[in-house]
Amino acid sequence: MLFDYSWWTFFFRWLHVLSGVMWIGHLWYFNFVQIPSMPKIPDEQKPAITKVIAPAALFWFRWGALSTVVTGLILAYLSGYIGNALKLGIGDGNHKFTAIGFGMWLGLIMAYNVWFVIWPNQQKALGMVEATADEKKKAGRTAMLFSRTNTMLSIPMLYAMTSTHFY
Amino acid sequence: MKNPLESLGMTVSLGIVLTVVMVILIEIIR
Repeated sequence: MLFDYSWWTFFFRWLHVLSGVMWIGHLWYFNFVQIPSMPKIPDEQKPAITKVIAPAALFWFRWGALSTVVTGLILAYLSGYIGNALKLGIGDGNHKFTAIGFGMWLGLIMAYNVWFVIWPNQQKALGMVEATADEKKKAGRTAMLFSRTNTMLSIPMLYAMTSTHFY
Repeated sequence: MKNPLESLGMTVSLGIVLTVVMVILIEIIR
């Protein structure tokens, strides 16, 4: 029934998926579109990306990440398996908790990377905070490698998140 | 040596390998 316990569980699953698409959609945009396209763009046109598109994409990317984590933790709590999942279902004898637990931990590591590695380094690389040319170059490379790390982790993370009905 | 994550193809391939490792771990540690 509308607004009963199972509806709220569904409601947070919906918000979690919406947020997750916002986050991982932008992550894949950065890795599959923006980063590989940058060398093909003439230097005088690059500011369109670095000054306009990338800061806007980073806004929806990082807040999508935070929203995915918050709605995901609420969803796991409402579903009654937050503790089982966070301890990877060890000793529970249930594949479902182990699978969703791996997904949760991968997602938490990825969200940490977004807020505490990618975002501070992108602020330097894009000139949103003061940095020398050398620091900018180094920060850009660090942000790129952690963005790639998250793209790599998103593959097992989504397997874990979507396989629980199979398990 | 170049970091394998500089290549998009290598990033996706490593993601698939990690998925297989994770599936095996799920079977073992549940």
